Amino acid sequence: MEALLSIAIGLLSACGIFLMLRPRTFSLVLGLTLLSYAVNLFLFASGRLRMDAPPLIREGAAYTDPLPQALVLTAIVIGFGMTAYLVMLALRALAESGDDSVDAKEKT
Amino acid sequence: MISDMLLISTLIVALVASPLPLWLQHYGRAFAALGAASVMALCLMLLTPLFVPVMSGMTLVETYAWLPDWGLALSFRLDGLGLMFSLLILGIGLLVTLYAYYYLDHHDRLGRFYTLLLLFMAAMLGVVLSENLLLLVVFWELTSLVSFLLISYKHESYESRLAGRIALAVTGGGGLALFVGVLLLGHIAGSYELSVVLAAGEQIHNHELYAPMLILILLGAFTKSAQFPFHFWLPQAMAAPTPVSAYLHSATMVKAGVFLLARLHPALAGSELWFWLVSGTGAITLVYAAYVAFYRYDFKGLLAYSTISHLGLITLLFGLDTALSVVAGVFHIINHAIFKASLFMAAGIVDHECGTRDMRRVNGLFKFMPITATLAIVAAGSMAGVPLLNGFLSKEMFFAETVGHPVFDEMSWLLPAFATLAGILAVAYSSRFIHDVFFNGDPVDLPRQPHEPPRWMRAPVEVLVAMCLLVGIFPQWSIAPILNVAAGAVLQQPLPEFHLAVWHGFNAPFMMSLVALGGGIALYALRHPLYAFYDRLPSIHASIVFERAYENLVAAARVLTAWLDNGSLQRYLALFIAFVLALGGWAWWSAPSSSLPVVTQPADAASVAAVLMLALAALGVVARHRQRLTAIVFTSVIGLIVALIFVRFSAPDLALTQLAVEVVTIVLLLLALYYLPPTAPVEDTLPRISRDGVLAIAAGVGLGAVTYAMLTSPFDTISGFYLAQSVPGGGGSNVVNVILVDFRGFDTLGEITVLAMVGLAAHALLDQLILKAPIRDGDGRRWSAERHPLFLEMLMRPLLPLALMVSVFIFLRGHNLPGGGFVAGLVTGVALILQYLASGIGFASARLPQRLPLLLAAGLAAAAGVGAASWLFGFPFLTTAHGHIALPLIGDIELASAMIFDLGVYLVVVSVVLMVLAELGKLSVHNEENI
Repeated sequence: MEALLSIAIGLLSACGIFLMLRPRTFSLVLGLTLLSYAVNLFLFASGRLRMDAPPLIREGAAYTDPLPQALVLTAIVIGFGMTAYLVMLALRALAESGDDSVDAKEKT
Repeated sequence: MISDMLLISTLIVALVASPLPLWLQHYGRAFAALGAASVMALCLMLLTPLFVPVMSGMTLVETYAWLPDWGLALSFRLDGLGLMFSLLILGIGLLVTLYAYYYLDHHDRLGRFYTLLLLFMAAMLGVVLSENLLLLVVFWELTSLVSFLLISYKHESYESRLAGRIALAVTGGGGLALFVGVLLLGHIAGSYELSVVLAAGEQIHNHELYAPMLILILLGAFTKSAQFPFHFWLPQAMAAPTPVSAYLHSATMVKAGVFLLARLHPALAGSELWFWLVSGTGAITLVYAAYVAFYRYDFKGLLAYSTISHLGLITLLFGLDTALSVVAGVFHIINHAIFKASLFMAAGIVDHECGTRDMRRVNGLFKFMPITATLAIVAAGSMAGVPLLNGFLSKEMFFAETVGHPVFDEMSWLLPAFATLAGILAVAYSSRFIHDVFFNGDPVDLPRQPHEPPRWMRAPVEVLVAMCLLVGIFPQWSIAPILNVAAGAVLQQPLPEFHLAVWHGFNAPFMMSLVALGGGIALYALRHPLYAFYDRLPSIHASIVFERAYENLVAAARVLTAWLDNGSLQRYLALFIAFVLALGGWAWWSAPSSSLPVVTQPADAASVAAVLMLALAALGVVARHRQRLTAIVFTSVIGLIVALIFVRFSAPDLALTQLAVEVVTIVLLLLALYYLPPTAPVEDTLPRISRDGVLAIAAGVGLGAVTYAMLTSPFDTISGFYLAQSVPGGGGSNVVNVILVDFRGFDTLGEITVLAMVGLAAHALLDQLILKAPIRDGDGRRWSAERHPLFLEMLMRPLLPLALMVSVFIFLRGHNLPGGGFVAGLVTGVALILQYLASGIGFASARLPQRLPLLLAAGLAAAAGVGAASWLFGFPFLTTAHGHIALPLIGDIELASAMIFDLGVYLVVVSVVLMVLAELGKLSVHNEENI
């Protein structure tokens, strides 16, 4: 299970980074979204993978680590804020430059 | 003890009162001058009560705590050395104040000049009165900064600005070296207080860091005192107005370097390294600068090189490192300050009267200004070391110390011969100054007709020249007391026997003086062939070298910046990722390997299937990222599987949040896609794709490996406290929610503030923005003319109250079961957005709060307010209270003040979601009118 999640995280981050390096704003947003998934999962995994142990206090129950969950919860919401901000920047840039490329200067 | 805050008061007066002339200048230049003089006199008066104890050999220390953890204290010290320097700084400062009033242009209102002068004086006093070495460095840097402003006082001239810049670069750079050196010294000695450092000489010498520390500190001293090869800033600095030169370049700024040598003498001196570095640098500077001085045409330049040479002499004396040579060094500091200040002032008078400083034109002035000429001749005689003048006495002591210095037993003639050579050169350039300026025929084509200056402009020169004579003729009576305590403070041990007198008999030093006088005059007589020879030599101007190096550095920086910062986000990201990879790789390979076996859990079929789907979707996004709608669909698949992963591994709160965020994000991306081109052109080249592919795969493999390493290493939770305290301390059984709104509430407050900024940014970025809306989609189909399908509209309206009810439910149960403000806010946001989508912005806006920013502010205020409220009850910020309330029908409800905080979170999330999407929606309103 651990290996499986590691592969998922590695793959998500690789795809995210590849997309972030594309020359268009929309790909950048997609890439950042993918990378956020990967990072959130990574942070979450730092509390280890435990099944059927939600951190809800009950009689005689086992609990997984609640702290990474609290961190990831805000990270998800902040991630939304960041995506929204980036989308708005992309639209603004589109309006100002008439183009959706992230940089007009570097020619390959 | 006795000092009673007098030292700190002096410095505070000097610093605080320094802007006084800026204000007084509105009443006239004389007021500005009087103001400056009064401040200096006040400082002198404040120090006066301390003279008696210091003259009896006491060291006064005042300490006030500043940053005790860093070893930085406001501690001040007055001993003999500090007193001698304070008197020089304040005494010559007063004379310069008077002199500058006449020297500077009558259109100059003098406020800026005197303010800078006072500031400089304060900084200089700070250097000589500091007990704490870090404090000393602070004042040291301040002298560099203020001297930059003073040297480039005539800032409209390029030459002045260049001179200021060079001086700042050299002395400021040296200051940085000094700072590091002092940090090392403090580290070695265990304290930054001079009293401790000066007593720790043994410990310092035996420390392994002694050599680097010494070199760094000497760099600071040598740059400040214009020692070879850092001397070139000083002749450049002659671009400063002459009062500045008379003050900074005779008595104060350049003396700070030799002051440091004297101050730290007991701690640093006494090693071979000290001897060779300090005396070697001093000796080279002494002879080289004297040699160059002889060839200057500009008499101020001659004085500048002579100053460098005399500073070299003082450095050499401290380097020779016998008790008597240190006494001679301290003595020469005083003597040089007196005669050089008077010479600069006299030179300023000549410059002022003639309008040029070129000795090929300024000749025969004796008959035009006999009194000034006499004063200048006496001072120059002191510079040359003529008997009955103060310069003679310290030069004799210098000669005496070179004879039979213990280090040169085989070559004992070398040092005296060298000293005599320096003496010959000094006599030669002094002769040149006297003869060329005041005799040697008639003036050539002067811009002005020279005559005696105003009475009071000459007064400071008269005072200083009188002191030259007084010290030169009656040393025992005039200078010996202060010299004794100053030298005693430098040596920190009983002084050797010495006797200040004009006549010591026909001994070796006297013979050397005679040779120097005769040789110097002979050299001057031979000047014409020498000048002709010198003029044929290729000239290397250190300032030009410096300026070229400076320009090359700037050019190199530009090239580097242009390469790194070329405006390409792709390149920044690629560099950044490559750097992170390198850093991570380095950490990975250098980390100690641990192979504790940790039992892993077997993967089941459902998990494998989910991850397989996630992998396909992720690859799908990459493969189809140009078909943007398809890419969004793939992205949403990933989001859903991530939510499933959270469910699987006991994180119901995260799963809920992820689901809600997913919906909002997808709506957001769809709205954005409406304006963005629906497809992207193919523009990647193979090398670019390979580069990005390698980076991405390396990063992915790295992150995957780190995750696996983390998951298979032993784990010890730090969350025991939260689990144990959630119910009794936070009043909720959903530990994640309790952490968010209670234990770590301050973090959450910060995060909703960030979110609030996103909401405001939506307004800032998108308000009034006009974007061209496409008429057709990516496949060339027209967008439907029916903007709000009736079916959707009718279906959505009844959904709203249902959705709101769900969100209230989620909010209320959040403290005990999965849910809470974040999720509830997102659910409400989604419900409202659906109304926008289904019925249009006009319909929705009319029915929703108009002032979303107000709602946002209310949310933040609720969260912060409930936190602040705990102050009222005497608890720290964000302390919570909770209790149970039984409501009819609903049952037992646990109410905690944290719920108000959670309500704030809820309001912020709702309003941010609405602000962002409503602004995006409004774009289409603008456009619909345009289509």
